[in-house]
Parts: sequence; structure tokens; C-alpha cells
Amino acid sequence: MLDFYFSLPLIVRLIIQGLAVIAVLFPLGAACSMAERKVAAWAQDRPGPNRARPWGLGRIPIIGPILGRFGIFNLMADGGKLLFKEDIVPGHVNKFYFVIAPIVAMTPALSTIAFVPFGAYLDGAGRVLPVMLADVDIGILGVFALASLGVYSLILAGWASNSKYPFLGAIRASAQLISYELSMTLAVVPVLLWINAPGTPGTLSLVRVVEFQSQSGFWGGAWFVFVMPLSAFIFLVALFAETNRQPFDMPESEADLVGGFHTEYGSYKWSLFFVAEYGHMIVGSALFILLFCGGWNPLPWLPLSTFVGWLAPLGAWTAHPLFVGILSICIFLGKVIFSIFFFMWVRWTLPRFRYDQVMRIGWQRLLPLSIANLIIYTIAIALLN
Amino acid sequence: MSVIKVPRKPLTFAERTYIPQIVSGMMTTLKHIVAKPLTVNYPEERPEIPAGYRGVPTLVRDPNGREKCVSCQLCEFVCPPKAIRITPGEIPADSPAAHVEKAPKEFEINMLRCIYCGLCQEVCPEEAIWLQNVFSVSGYERGEFINNKQKLYELGGTLPDAHYKWDKKKAAAEEAALHGQH
Repeated sequence: MLDFYFSLPLIVRLIIQGLAVIAVLFPLGAACSMAERKVAAWAQDRPGPNRARPWGLGRIPIIGPILGRFGIFNLMADGGKLLFKEDIVPGHVNKFYFVIAPIVAMTPALSTIAFVPFGAYLDGAGRVLPVMLADVDIGILGVFALASLGVYSLILAGWASNSKYPFLGAIRASAQLISYELSMTLAVVPVLLWINAPGTPGTLSLVRVVEFQSQSGFWGGAWFVFVMPLSAFIFLVALFAETNRQPFDMPESEADLVGGFHTEYGSYKWSLFFVAEYGHMIVGSALFILLFCGGWNPLPWLPLSTFVGWLAPLGAWTAHPLFVGILSICIFLGKVIFSIFFFMWVRWTLPRFRYDQVMRIGWQRLLPLSIANLIIYTIAIALLN
Repeated sequence: MSVIKVPRKPLTFAERTYIPQIVSGMMTTLKHIVAKPLTVNYPEERPEIPAGYRGVPTLVRDPNGREKCVSCQLCEFVCPPKAIRITPGEIPADSPAAHVEKAPKEFEINMLRCIYCGLCQEVCPEEAIWLQNVFSVSGYERGEFINNKQKLYELGGTLPDAHYKWDKKKAAAEEAALHGQH
């Protein structure tokens, strides 16, 4: 089986890998919508969706009721409904751009994952090799470049809808996304300056960032969230704005814009926007975890290789690349899921900002802060080196 | 001094960053996330009905099994939406409750009209009509919402009686007859 896989041409292998990752990411994005409803319910002292029990599946002992309690069948019913619902294209829209907008939303959301390493395994020599689709040097630059394409889908959707609320939503969204991208990128620069010490081969790869956080010693093993808390904070705030999450969900503030840029959309096209938003959230959280929270390392000052070393007495299988790979992916996914929970937690705590407040925070607070942060860390890094 | 000046302190730096407030707010949210839900899974779990709840009006019997309603029709008269209709009837002379004035032949409460105001319970001189703990009424036809006498007694059951008004009255009459007065 494994030998057959490695005998395939590289391009076929890459396509299989890519499809496998999409096959995980897309349902994960959809599952986030159920997680959102559940967390919303818990935050409001309700049990949340727990009723749907299809005739056959709900009667499986133990598993059926548990799946029902966690609303998994509600999720499936939602998906089915959105898939089979009549797909209305209003008469007054620009049909071509109207149809293409959700596709443009989905594409960057799914393709950014190519640059994100989501696990690692150890080869025979004990070196840590990443599990990812494209281990390229541009790394984080590629993620930023692709993720910012997402704004085009909002503009296209708002413009093609030919109606005032989507238009206003799209204008707000694009202004917000562009404003916060600056602070976000500036917040990451100190990290990259720190890992690219003079004399070493320069790279923007996220793998290198995680490797840097898994060295030995007090400063080597410290996650960047401890070394650069301000950068992490600015990045996190900008991430909330970039993914259109509360308290920055200007584009679809229901109170004043009906549904924002997707007001005119329904059924599957709407759900594509929805899943794309969660896809951005997942990739964004993954980025935050890789940059500031040690990626697939289980705990601060406890790198994956040491952790696997501790497991060695259990048997030789603990050193098998497959086991280590799955373990690291699980650790990483666990962190990503906690981070998504954090997004929802914040959502049910903070009210939405007003549009002028969003702009003021972005340009007058966050941007100067990130520039000052960059200058201070640049000087500090220069002095240290 | 009638005017009290409330000092408005300028926000501290920590307050202007919002961070401490956000953190405490998130702690509050977390408390609710981990807390037990306040709602119940309705048809399977039923809420605890507190005493004195004003549910569906019912007719009750006293501990001796005598129907307490004497069909005075005060409730029918007071009912604001005119949901109650009573047909009075006589009590047969061989009945153990023959000393009671009257009993309803038919007693209907239309639950499509009832507004659960509780005036019938308040006005009843016999404490015969009670709004009890039934809160869920459903049916397929209009007729199913009209509770007749039998249904009303089924819903009402028996409630303790503090007075035994009619038995006392009967005992007093017998006593009086024995002493040859009145």
C-alpha cells in the first residue's frame, strides 16, 4: 500500500495529498458552524441543537445518542438542506460575477492551507521533517498573499449583487481587511527577523519558525508568545478583523446591513461564503499557533522530539514516522480547535464595534503600536546579535 | 444640598486599553459556558411547577369524594371571556350529599376562550374551582378544547378541605332540631 503510493508520479501524489487536505478542511469548516451554535448555546445557558436523530443512525447504541447530543445530525441536515435548496439568482444582479464570487471566496480559503505545516515526523537521524503540502521558502508570504485575495470575493459579491446593503457591506469589508492587513504583517516581521539571524540562510518558511521554537534551553524552547507578547496580541486582534469575526464583523453587521455582502445570496452559494469564512479562521488560527504557540510542540519548553523520546519505553512503534506524524497532527489540531473556541468565546463576550471605531483602532492604535513594536524588536535583535 | 456632584475620574491607562475589562468579561462568559443549562429538554423533561401556579382551571372534590361545586354560577358570571358555561342540576334525595344545595348537571370550560386570569377561583364561595399545574393543552379539533364536567374532575382530583361547610351546616341543623330551636 505505502510502496504503491510512493511509486506514483509526484504530481499524482501531490494531487492526492491536496484532495485529502481539502477533504479534511472543508468538513472541518462546516463542523465549525455547529461548534459555533453549540458554544453560542452554552454561553447562553442552553443545551444547543441536540434533537436531530435520523431513523437508522440515531438508533445505533451509545454512538447514536452521543452524535445526536452534539448536533452532528443537525449539521448533516443543514448541509443537505443548503445543497438541495433552490438556488435563486435575483434578476437584478450581474450574473457572471454573482456566481463567481463564492468560488473566489472558497479558493483562497482552501489554497492557503498548502503553505501551512500541520504536523511533523522524525526521520532516522532524529531530524524533524514537516507534514505539509508545499514546503517552500516563501511560506508565510504565500499565506498572506493568498489570504488577502479573499477580499476580492467580498467586493465582487457586494458589487454584483447590485443592491445597497451588500454594497455597503463590501465597502466596509474591503476597507477593514486592507486596514488590518498592515498591522498583521508588521506584527509578524519581528518573528521573522528573530529567526533569520545574520549568516544563516534566510527563509520565510513556517517550518523554520516552529523549529526555532523547539530548540533546547530557556530561550530556545520559549514560544514566541512569551518572547514577543505584543506581536502576538497585535496579530491576534488583526486576525479577528481579517476573518470578520466579532467584535469586528462589520461586513455582516445584521443590525444595520441585513446580511452584509451576502444579503442576496442563498442556499449553496451562501454556504460557500460561510465555509470560506471558517476556512480562513482555521488557517488563521493555524498561522497564529505556528508563529506564536509552538506549532506541533505539545508544551512550551517541551519539543515534540523530547516528547516522543519520553514515549520510547512503550515500544519501538512510538518512533515510527506514521505514529509521530499522527501524534503531531493531533497536537496541532487540538491547538487549532482551542483557538477556534477562543474565537467563539470572544464572540459571545464582546459587542460589535462601530465602523468608525474599527477604523480608529486599526489606523490610530494598532498600526502605530505595531510599528513601534517592530522598531523596538529590531533594535533589540540587532543588539543581541 | 440638593445637587450631588458625581466625580468622573478619567480612565486609567489599563482601562483605556480595554484589556482588563475584556478579560473579566471573558471569565463571565466562561462561567456560563461551563454552567449547567438553565433550560430543560421539554417534552422529555418537565419543568418543576411551583405551588400556586395558574394553569388550566379544574373542578375538585373534597376528601369525602363529594363534588364541591354547587353550581351557583358566580364563576360563569365573573368570567371575563365568557369561557364557562354551567347547567345547574338537582341532587337526588337519596344521595349522601343530599344536604348540599345544588350540583352542576353540566360544567364546560372552553379552553380556547379561557385567559387563565383566575377570577373564577377567586370568586368561588365553595373553593371548588382551582387553577392547577396543567399548562400544556393541545388537540386536533375545537371540540377537544372544551373541557366538560368529567374531564374537569379528572384534571382536578381531590384537594384537602379546611371547612366541611355543608357537613357542619347539616350537623348544626340536626343539633338545632334535637333541641327544638329554630
